Amino acid sequence: MIAKRIIPCLDVKEGRTVKGVHFENLIDAGDIVELAARYSEEGADELVFLDITASHDRRETRRDWVERVARATRVPFTVGGGITSERDVEALLESGADKISVNSAAIDNPALIDRLARAFGSQCVVAAIDAKQEQGSWRVYRQGGRVATNRWLFEWAREVVNRGAGEILFTSMDHDGTRRGFALHPLALLDEMLRVPVIASGGAGSPGDFHDAFVVGRASAALAAGIFHFGDMTIPELKRYLHANGINVRITG
Amino acid sequence: MKEEVVIIKYGAGNLFSARAVVERLGYPVVLSDDPAVVSAATRVIFPGVGQARSAMERLRARGLDDVIPALRVPVLGICLGMQLMCARSEEGDTPGLGVFPLEVKRVPGGYRTPHVGWNRLEQLSSPLFDGIDEGTWAYFVHSYFVPASPVQIASCTYHAPFSAAIRRDNFFGCQFHPEKSGDAGERIIRNFLEWKP
Repeated sequence: MIAKRIIPCLDVKEGRTVKGVHFENLIDAGDIVELAARYSEEGADELVFLDITASHDRRETRRDWVERVARATRVPFTVGGGITSERDVEALLESGADKISVNSAAIDNPALIDRLARAFGSQCVVAAIDAKQEQGSWRVYRQGGRVATNRWLFEWAREVVNRGAGEILFTSMDHDGTRRGFALHPLALLDEMLRVPVIASGGAGSPGDFHDAFVVGRASAALAAGIFHFGDMTIPELKRYLHANGINVRITG
Repeated sequence: MKEEVVIIKYGAGNLFSARAVVERLGYPVVLSDDPAVVSAATRVIFPGVGQARSAMERLRARGLDDVIPALRVPVLGICLGMQLMCARSEEGDTPGLGVFPLEVKRVPGGYRTPHVGWNRLEQLSSPLFDGIDEGTWAYFVHSYFVPASPVQIASCTYHAPFSAAIRRDNFFGCQFHPEKSGDAGERIIRNFLEWKP
């Protein structure tokens, strides 16, 4: 049986890890390679890096830190942030990334997903969707949650999967940074309607929140940032709790 | 001085991580798509991520489709590399390199694909798995699989049991990514690098 995955997320700005609350108020959370190596050794199943460096500086800095992460870790990792072309993806894969995630660029140009899936395979293309509740549904936001779009979560998720996305990374902006648990209801609906794995993001506060994301939200993986970066919870502690509560997780050593 | 390892580079995915593990284990690495270099190698890693048909086209364009099955040195195919060593793949309905008389199948509808994440290695039977416990976790990401057969040296269960690893003579294949499978994965690569025919 495939294990439920625990994924620390590192927001990266100019090669450093940062973490915000509600997508804002960024705090320096430490050296990216050091943190990545620590999480890899502690039993993180994957890592996700979201590169929020300003676009004009991104290309030069990215190759360097991605290569350093690839050398320092032995688990798969995904890089997102400003990916708009096959060339961007090729450069990342060559530097050691396993998957890429697209968000705003896919909203601007949905055919980008088709092109990337064709060129690199669906397994390499993660569609990240940030959404918050409005008018009884979930409105999709772009540019790190700053700009509302006219797309809605479930329709958009179905479209990106039909276009070839291999995984959905769904962040509830309403839950992000609150530490009150994941958005269970939309997660379960996404699982029901999609044939690809769904990664839950936004709201992790306690080990029980992860348990609920897997059991109630039926997520394949759960992602968190702040609780890991600031030492509120360690990955081995979290996995021991999940294992003791009947969740199939990878425990090593 | 440890012997050089040739990693076949043919435009199919992430070679960086495989290279990083081999180098960490102290072996010099050469990345090459040159048939002469691959033919002269003493140990070969054949990685690959992507679509089978276009990967076969790239191998043919470089003249590697004749070279790889003729190798007499230890060869480790990883993920798509293993699948391409089979006789045929349903992915793009393409012939493969024919090292293994097997057909690569698609994970049936009704099961989430790709099969992505950590799953257990079972029924281990090969020097490739020296020091690896039954039930060790390995990282998989694939939508096509090699069905169980007599050449299987490790099994995994998703929609049904399938081959996590296969072997014939000097050819080894892993469906999982040892280069992404933590300590256990690194040990499997070390076992391959130290294996003597």
